[in-house]
Amino acid sequence: MFNMALQVGSTQRPEAVLFWVMAPMAVLAALGMLLVKKAVHSALLLAWVMITLAIFYIAEDALFLGIVQVVVYTGAVMMLFLFILMLVGVDSSDSLVENIKGQRPASILAALGLAGLLLSLISRAVTHVDSVGLAAANTAGNVQGIAQELFTRYVWAFEVISALLITAALGAMVLAHSERKHSSQRQLSVDRFRQDSLAQTAGLPASGVYARHNAVDVPALLPDGSAAPTSISPTLQARGDIIESAPFELAPTVEEEN
Amino acid sequence: MDISNYIYLSAILFVIGAIGVVVRRNAIVVFMCVELMLNAANLAFVTFSRINGDLGGQIASFFTMVVAACEVVVGLAIIVTMYRSRRSASVDDASLLQR
Repeated sequence: MFNMALQVGSTQRPEAVLFWVMAPMAVLAALGMLLVKKAVHSALLLAWVMITLAIFYIAEDALFLGIVQVVVYTGAVMMLFLFILMLVGVDSSDSLVENIKGQRPASILAALGLAGLLLSLISRAVTHVDSVGLAAANTAGNVQGIAQELFTRYVWAFEVISALLITAALGAMVLAHSERKHSSQRQLSVDRFRQDSLAQTAGLPASGVYARHNAVDVPALLPDGSAAPTSISPTLQARGDIIESAPFELAPTVEEEN
Repeated sequence: MDISNYIYLSAILFVIGAIGVVVRRNAIVVFMCVELMLNAANLAFVTFSRINGDLGGQIASFFTMVVAACEVVVGLAIIVTMYRSRRSASVDDASLLQR
């Protein structure tokens, strides 16, 4: 496959056929990307343009870049675009209201001017230039050649790029992370009834209800016999209007006495 | 076939991307047009690398791809944040600085 890719690049006629078939399709797809209404269709057309470019890279003796183009762009980047489209909503189509008057014609005019400028400059600069070709540079193989350059001359840039990647990943995490501002109904009800622990899930204990006394100012008894402070209203507690509950307890049972 | 055809194609794709950036309103489509411009520049880099017989152009293209990947990650995160606060992905709606 590698040899075939290199042959496509080295022979002129197949490459010309490839170019004149693929280039108009790429331009049409790019134009379509501008004209279609739905963002998903734009994404698919852009993916097509990128695949076309990958084929061109392979035809131009840049085998490694062609594969990376498919893997990184059509694989990762376009999938990311589609994910975000899914999050943001597929039918978020363009509004046709013009906020700035005459912006569309003016921008198209400016772009045509840019096209004229670029094309005229290119026609002066590179038409009928004789290309050296990458046959010499790719003698050890394209991937090996790129590795040689990347890890010798451009190794510093390579290291800096790694810092950039980490920063970008962190930045995306910071930007996309969101604290939940409104809690759900379920969370609200749990918060209301349970609070931090399960100790009072069933509500506060009632105040003392005994056979010989029945009033809100008598604390209930906990299983160990001590008074339960939470069974009395905080107001009464503040006033000190609490009656000892011990006198109203029933006498210990006979079995216990024995 | 003249090798400069690749450069012409790259310029045309670049201009189409530029039109898209200015004309389209959907932030995601604008972003895709930026990607198209970067890709067009990559094609020019690869072609220049072939014209000069030097792998430096391919290295530059490789770095552009990495930077574009970073840019996509951060840019899409910004779009998601914008969508969360405004419920819209249109670039016209992010106009707080206008008033």
